Amino acid sequence: MTLGQYRSLLTAASVAMLWWAATCSPSAAGSSDPTNILMKDFMFAPTSLTVKAGSTVTWVNMDDEPHTAVSDTGLFRSAAIDTNESFSFKFDKPGTYHFTCSIHPRMVGTIVVQ
Amino acid sequence: MSDEQLLQSRRNALKCMAYGGAGTLFVLAGGVFSPVDLALAADDKLGTARLGKPLFVQISDTHIGFNKEANPDVNGTLTQTIDLVNGMAEQPALIIHTGDITHLSKPAEFDLAQQLLSRLRTTELHTVPGEHDTTDPTVTEYFNRFGKASDNKGYYSFDHAGVHFVALINVLQFKPGGLGTLGTDQLAWVAADLKGHSDSTPIVVFAHMPLWTIYEPWGWGTGDADQLMNQLRRFGSVTVLNGHIHQIIQKVEGNMTFHTARSTAYPQPTAGTGSGPAPLKVAADQLPKMLGITSVSIVKHPRSLALSDTTIA
Repeated sequence: MTLGQYRSLLTAASVAMLWWAATCSPSAAGSSDPTNILMKDFMFAPTSLTVKAGSTVTWVNMDDEPHTAVSDTGLFRSAAIDTNESFSFKFDKPGTYHFTCSIHPRMVGTIVVQ
Repeated sequence: MSDEQLLQSRRNALKCMAYGGAGTLFVLAGGVFSPVDLALAADDKLGTARLGKPLFVQISDTHIGFNKEANPDVNGTLTQTIDLVNGMAEQPALIIHTGDITHLSKPAEFDLAQQLLSRLRTTELHTVPGEHDTTDPTVTEYFNRFGKASDNKGYYSFDHAGVHFVALINVLQFKPGGLGTLGTDQLAWVAADLKGHSDSTPIVVFAHMPLWTIYEPWGWGTGDADQLMNQLRRFGSVTVLNGHIHQIIQKVEGNMTFHTARSTAYPQPTAGTGSGPAPLKVAADQLPKMLGITSVSIVKHPRSLALSDTTIA
């Protein structure tokens, strides 16, 4: 195994653990978690996410550069999320919530709570 | 001394500094900004006295707290930078830090940065914050340490050696999808601040994000900078200094010279190369050649300023 592969595996493992910790649900761990938003290649992925009221959404940073998740209305504001770190926020009320990265404001996303 | 002689003496003086890396000297005289490539050979015996006293040195994007592959030792490269400045034959009167002092706005990062910067022989330090310095939830860590000069507003001005310095903040009030913003309050303050100064006063404006649009898709610009430029256009010598993009880009527009400084931490890709402005990984022996400072001297006091970029290689 090359160092690069080893690092990739480590990164994947640590991110998986972060998701595990963030969601506390074995079934939620993995890349297809419907309440996760990745910060990758200076984009939110997905850029738009629909969840049920009461859901906790987790942003996970996959870039070498820190990002933030800041609500347009001030509802939530993460600190700097460094590589492989995450931030979670629980959405109690239905509505449409726009957010941006305050370090890279070209990064924008939307969460629709039903 | 003719301009040609002046250039020659500067070239020799900088050679004598023997900083090692490739550098570029910018001489600004009568609104004409001309780059002079330097071959920094240490074979010249000319002293640096003829270079004149450096007015100030610009340090930028120290990113204390960064520990990724692009530079696992940002404390070390900042220390090298400080040694470089402390080793200058003539000490600059003041130091300007154009932001991203820290990487993640953490208290320990600010404390370490202050501790490292306190080794500078030149003790007068003026700062503006970068967007990496204002990510703490309450946006107070920067201002608790550096907010006094601006009464916690982030913008302020001061005078030194007949030059009027204007420090601006363009990393708050981000509009989603947009560029940096100065905002109406700050622009009104600038108008009032500049009012009492004659057209012949040399002006130095500094802020973290470029005050001209270099590359909009990466947010390398300031959305309402045009309103600032309209206020500055009447002055005979305006030098606009920024950081943020971790590489040197410059342009001249009338009597205004725009210049971005290198980082002391890590380089970034050229505009549009790759998915975004991520830390650029380069070979270890190449890194010091891509890190450095900008020093500014008065060429023909008080009419013009000369910019000189130096790497830590």
